[in-house]
Amino acid sequence: MERKTPLYDVHVTAGGKIVEFGGYLLPVQYEATGVIKEHMAVRTAAGLFDVSHMGEVTYKGKDALKNIQYIVTNDCSGMYDGQVRYSPMCNEDGGVVDDLLVYKVADDDYLVVVNAANREKDVKWMSEHTFGDVKFEDISDSVAQIALQGPKAPEIIAKLLPEDSIPKKYYSFIKDVTLNGMKCLVSRTGYTGELGYEIYCDPADAKKMWETLMGAGKDEGLIPCGLGARDTLRMEAAMPLYGHEMDDTVTPVEAGLGYFVKMDKEDFCGKKAIEAAGEPKRTRVGLIVRGRGIVREHCDTFSKDGAQIGHTTSGTFCPFVNAPIAMALIDVKYSALGTKFDADVRGRKIEVEVVPLPFYKRAK
Amino acid sequence: MAFPEELKYSKTHEWIKFNDDETATVGITDFAQHELGELVFVDLPAEGDSMSIGESFAEVESVKAVSEVNGPVDAEIEAVNADLQDNPQLINEQPYEAWFVKVKNITAKDELMDAAQYEEFTKKEG
Repeated sequence: MERKTPLYDVHVTAGGKIVEFGGYLLPVQYEATGVIKEHMAVRTAAGLFDVSHMGEVTYKGKDALKNIQYIVTNDCSGMYDGQVRYSPMCNEDGGVVDDLLVYKVADDDYLVVVNAANREKDVKWMSEHTFGDVKFEDISDSVAQIALQGPKAPEIIAKLLPEDSIPKKYYSFIKDVTLNGMKCLVSRTGYTGELGYEIYCDPADAKKMWETLMGAGKDEGLIPCGLGARDTLRMEAAMPLYGHEMDDTVTPVEAGLGYFVKMDKEDFCGKKAIEAAGEPKRTRVGLIVRGRGIVREHCDTFSKDGAQIGHTTSGTFCPFVNAPIAMALIDVKYSALGTKFDADVRGRKIEVEVVPLPFYKRAK
Repeated sequence: MAFPEELKYSKTHEWIKFNDDETATVGITDFAQHELGELVFVDLPAEGDSMSIGESFAEVESVKAVSEVNGPVDAEIEAVNADLQDNPQLINEQPYEAWFVKVKNITAKDELMDAAQYEEFTKKEG
């Protein structure tokens, strides 16, 4: 049964085309704009996303950090209060259970943000693995989240917040901020490859928060953006999506996330398996479609001599790069830049070429 | 939403303009392009290919989805609109001008609706 975010009515009124995603009803795009215009708005001005479907959990207590250190692959020691860190979370076989963000509030107080589609699974997994002096809580239902993304995002938020309430560094946050009378947490994070902020607030304030941000961004060209643009934006920025680039049968190393796996950390769940696996035999690559057609996920890929060498994990036509692009998990032997092979799209072979990731990087 | 009077319509949202009993022009309707959203790719058949009722003869793709375009008649494809390949957005802009194929040797027709019937039909679908 699908659930609604606190902003459901806002989306319907704004002409949102509602679809089911991760157990929630959300707009894939809006009537007046569509995926392409929404995508380009984020790359050139700003876009507003309802991301309230994401899951949030907290670890509080003396052993909060110890618990997080065991459950995630990245090293979360030495974070400053107000820092955010990205990490995969693995099972005992080294496969990815989810990827998440760890927010350090204080030495004994951490917020962890997980994918909507995995919320129930993660809560069960994480709570089963707690130990020592820690209180683990699923607070997802009491948190709404809105993402403001795009080169104009800093200008827009500066109209609403004093300088000392706006996080400066990428992957940092400020808690207990008051925005138009509403208490919220503002982090300098995002899933688009642009400058931007994610704002966490009380679900009861979500509608007012949305309207406040939309009002503040009107002159800058801020528009609401749906899941369709969210996907094309993260694709161009080569950001992995759980269930695509990784899942519980793929290790973070195979998914190209080895940087976030700290093997010199004391034991963590999955460490032994990842160590035993050694050098990965398959790896994530970026592909540009050279033939005619759009290559989406779950397409088998074949070398020029007909061997099956892997499959695509994501793919679509991306508006800013103005081309069909894809990501794939393939045999490392074929992962060199410039390698050409074929993707099978509904029985038709379409040529693709390995290109560097990300496909898009914002100008500094 | 436009429903030109002189055309006939299929349940899968193709329009067909009969020149006579043997030849016609085929495309997709305003309702179809609106549902699909901005099109970014079109896969067309070749001249000489056959078209069969209810079977896919072309594909259109938006950012989010692939959609098959089905034959409203049994016929032979005589001409293909190559313009659509480089400019799929023409289908969104002018769905009744952006013809996909011209057909000849029509041997059978699917159950087709006139403009008024099709408009009613879309009200139930939408």
